[in-house]
Amino acid sequence: MELLIEVLDKFGLVFAFLCVGILMYFSDQLSIILTNKKLPGSAIAIFLGMVLAYLGGSVTGGKNGIADIPGFSGFKLMGGAMFRDFAIVSTAMGASFAVIKKTGAIGIISLFIGVIFSFLSGTLVAYLLGISDAESLATIGAGSCSFVVGPVTGTAVGASSDVIAISIGAGVVKSILVTIGTPLIAKKIGLNNPKSAMIFGGLMGTTSGTAAGLAATDPKLVPYGAMTATFYTGLGCLLCPSVLYLFLKAIL
Amino acid sequence: MLLKGVALLAGCFIMGQLMGEVLGFWIGIHSNVGGVGFAMLLLILSQNELNKKEKFHSEMENGILFWSKMYIPIIVAMSAVQNVRVAFTNGILAILAGIVPVVVCLFFMPILLKKETN
Repeated sequence: MELLIEVLDKFGLVFAFLCVGILMYFSDQLSIILTNKKLPGSAIAIFLGMVLAYLGGSVTGGKNGIADIPGFSGFKLMGGAMFRDFAIVSTAMGASFAVIKKTGAIGIISLFIGVIFSFLSGTLVAYLLGISDAESLATIGAGSCSFVVGPVTGTAVGASSDVIAISIGAGVVKSILVTIGTPLIAKKIGLNNPKSAMIFGGLMGTTSGTAAGLAATDPKLVPYGAMTATFYTGLGCLLCPSVLYLFLKAIL
Repeated sequence: MLLKGVALLAGCFIMGQLMGEVLGFWIGIHSNVGGVGFAMLLLILSQNELNKKEKFHSEMENGILFWSKMYIPIIVAMSAVQNVRVAFTNGILAILAGIVPVVVCLFFMPILLKKETN
């Protein structure tokens, strides 16, 4: 048994390929049998991935999901930022530069609306639930932008660590919701062309959530959504601890 | 030939990430700003240039296509290493602060779409 785990950890990335392959095969079957292909197999696979992450986190108490379980460490590399970004960039091949140029302006507007209104609605929720100091409100509002913006803002304004944990939680909930929800509401909100995908990416941010949600909706839309979403975290890190925090301090 | 495509992708990736880091440094936040976006733009532009000169072979395309097909499996692996537990153990505040912004921002979607088509 020890020997097996040692081998699996040593060749972690390859073992992760095998596991994900099996998981995706299983998900495709579920998609056909249970939902008559209405829910795409990839959406089910992503959801099952999160179930595994929850189980991994519960069993080990760690924060890397299933990768904390001995033998499954390769998931960390396969699902890490390097491979994720590399694969996202590769989806840009064949994307139309003309469309991006044409939609650029509205993409930027959607970015500002996305960051500002995520922040404000997050702070409002926190305020209604009894939090009243500007530092904690700003941190939770920033967490409503993404799980990167939350801790960055929290550290900058000097929030306590449990508030930072809540902000990370909010960001993760958002990313999970966007991942699972996007394919379900895509039709309703007209998410079927590059233009709407760029606006969607700007409004939602959370590169991982947007990209995963769009992948489950229509892989052709991924580059457009990811293109704007990738600027969201940067803009959030820029606005939340500065302008938006000062705004909160002024009105409180 | 296949590797030329992968190398082109890798070159654009590194250049783009570098631009993102530099931009983040310039505006004073120590994180990457739009690195993935820059890399994508570089890839699109260089592909267009190579196409014009008829130097973008289908074999090169296959090298990049492999990675874009690996995209969903990688996302599945990514979702399996998220800190899902923390999202649900931080109680109602974290859950609401994650859900409400998504709903609020969705309301802007039809407005922005309409504005764009006008």
